[in-house]
Amino acid sequence: MGALTDEIFAPERPGYFGSFGGAFVPEILRSTLDELIEVFDEARADESFWPEFLQVMQSYSCRPTPITYLENLTREIGGAQIFIKREDLNQTGAHKANNVMGQGLLVKRMGKRRVIAETGAGQHGVATATMAARFGLDCTIYMGAVDVERQRPNVFWMEQLGATVVAVEDGAATLKDAINECLRDWAYSMEDTHYALGTACGPHPFPQIVAYFQRIIGLESREQMLACPARLPDRVYACVGGGSNATGLFLGFLEDPEVELVGIEAGGLGLSSGQHAARLAGGMGVPGVAQGYKTYFFQNDEGQMQHTHSVSAGLDYIGVSPILAHWHECGRMRTESATDAEVIDALKLLMRTEGIIGALESCHGLAGGLREAATMDPEQTVLINMSGRGDKDIFTIADALDDAKWKEFLRQKVDKL
Amino acid sequence: MNLESYIRERLGERKVLLMTHLIAGYPSLEENWRMLEIMGEVGVDLVELQMPFSEPVADGPTFARANQSALEKGISLTQYFDLMKRSTRQFTFPHLMMGYYNTAFRLGHGAYCDALSDGGSVGYILPDLPVEEGEELFELSRERELHPIQLMTPTNTDQRLAEIGQRAAGFVYVVARRGVTGSRTEIDPELFSFVERCRRATNVPLALGFGLGSGADLKRLQGTVEIGIVGSQLLRVWEEEGESAYVDLLRDLGEGRY
Ligand SMILES: Cc1ncc(COP(=O)(O)O)c(C=O)c1O
Repeated sequence: MGALTDEIFAPERPGYFGSFGGAFVPEILRSTLDELIEVFDEARADESFWPEFLQVMQSYSCRPTPITYLENLTREIGGAQIFIKREDLNQTGAHKANNVMGQGLLVKRMGKRRVIAETGAGQHGVATATMAARFGLDCTIYMGAVDVERQRPNVFWMEQLGATVVAVEDGAATLKDAINECLRDWAYSMEDTHYALGTACGPHPFPQIVAYFQRIIGLESREQMLACPARLPDRVYACVGGGSNATGLFLGFLEDPEVELVGIEAGGLGLSSGQHAARLAGGMGVPGVAQGYKTYFFQNDEGQMQHTHSVSAGLDYIGVSPILAHWHECGRMRTESATDAEVIDALKLLMRTEGIIGALESCHGLAGGLREAATMDPEQTVLINMSGRGDKDIFTIADALDDAKWKEFLRQKVDKL
Repeated sequence: MNLESYIRERLGERKVLLMTHLIAGYPSLEENWRMLEIMGEVGVDLVELQMPFSEPVADGPTFARANQSALEKGISLTQYFDLMKRSTRQFTFPHLMMGYYNTAFRLGHGAYCDALSDGGSVGYILPDLPVEEGEELFELSRERELHPIQLMTPTNTDQRLAEIGQRAAGFVYVVARRGVTGSRTEIDPELFSFVERCRRATNVPLALGFGLGSGADLKRLQGTVEIGIVGSQLLRVWEEEGESAYVDLLRDLGEGRY
């Protein structure tokens, strides 16, 4: 490990990454956060813990996930060689599995019997529900009412997996409100309940815990790139919602100064439209404190959070990992954005040229990566994190692609009811 | 004003004090004023005036919805401090700002303290600002005679209670139970033993809140804590039963002090 990695896993001021992070929570939660810090610190000091985690991920979630060279797409774009990390091949179809299985192991160590989690797109909710089923835990998922509506299939699966799904009507009824509701539930239930936060946000120690498990993406990727094509990528790209898949990938290349780290946020209808979910890109967010931590938030002058918009529910969030805020500020990471329209185009291209159905979230990283790869030399390489697969989001994607035959199918289905 | 002296003085005339709560801009600024007038008529001892926030994690459903509704109706910091200023000029009870730390953080600690002083407030309650994150703000507050009200909760260890106690000024807000604002609290032996732990951690008066709803509740607190705090129940009565029931509840609460 190098100095930059130490800043994340052994910072001088616990819980802080540069000037971001901390734990700004109601005092009632202090004791349970302390308990979690203790258990996490014990676990990572235990030499058998990481191998145990790897074993779980290999036997339950197809790890290590491969890296795929996108030969056709590279030819089509006509610039740098394009590689993708296949997090879409995980159990439940996204990198979310890395984090939940890891936290599941911590829950076992704590001896708690119930987990709660927030979910936006539904991926983290589904992942948590599978983990709970596998580990024999009770499970409640909080989901904004707006998201329940746009992600019904995921709600169906969570319920089939044995979880209780609670639709949150407060606020904007999206991801941020689901997080608030989890914190409220936890303030009652902490004695027997763990809050399995889904991204590298929230109060200390969550950003650190999530980064610790997600770094499996980066560790594998670095080794795989060194094996074939036998060189480090010039640039690596990941979409940035809360920031867990980006943090996980970037940690693998953090100590390689020649590798540029590029985060891609949700540009929605364009940054100037105000209808987006960018915080770091384009200076759209400013530092603030909410939901238990200090980072860049998309907020107004008086510190009230603004409504975010993205074609992908998983990026539709007001804050961003304090770890990424730190890398952004100290210049280790560059942050850009991709619009809804660019993302749809990138997804169509990926499907047609490579036969891969990426998640809308991940296609933000792809869109940003393709935009830049086109301007790079053929000897150069880029690695893009395909954080999840899109086929399970058929309703959203069909909507986004405005597919007439699909609409007709839905109409017929409804008629038959 | 020295809040602690005020509290001790008031306790010469009553056995427990009453602190009431309202959310600025909810249901409306006009109704806020009426609530304050009633509080003035009944002679409540302290008032906490909440500035709404879009992410009110420490608030239960009733208050969370009220925060959101006030913001949708456009409550601004200017309106908030204007209400506070009018109220502190009109009524004799001391006012505390209640809200979330982002308000202070965005304004800047100095500007936040200035706005509070200018508004006539005696301090603030920021439930998402733990003691170790608040040093700079607390220091600036002391210079301006603003009291940062600290919170103690049943899940805190004795050591943690002592850390909080060291930073206490004015009084300590004792959170009666787990969870968020809004549901009822049993006033039982477990609660009394928790209050005892708080007492050992600080010399300033204790205010107990979360789930109190009647004069009888207040009576039961006499001799245990110096202040009873009532919030959600007042708002519920205003919304569901209207002004005259609100007056009745406040009178009942007021009488519970003797
Ligand atoms: C496939 C996929 N990628 C990315 C994200 C965004 O989260 P993060 O930024 O934490 O990786 C999500 C969130 O739901 C997701 O489902």
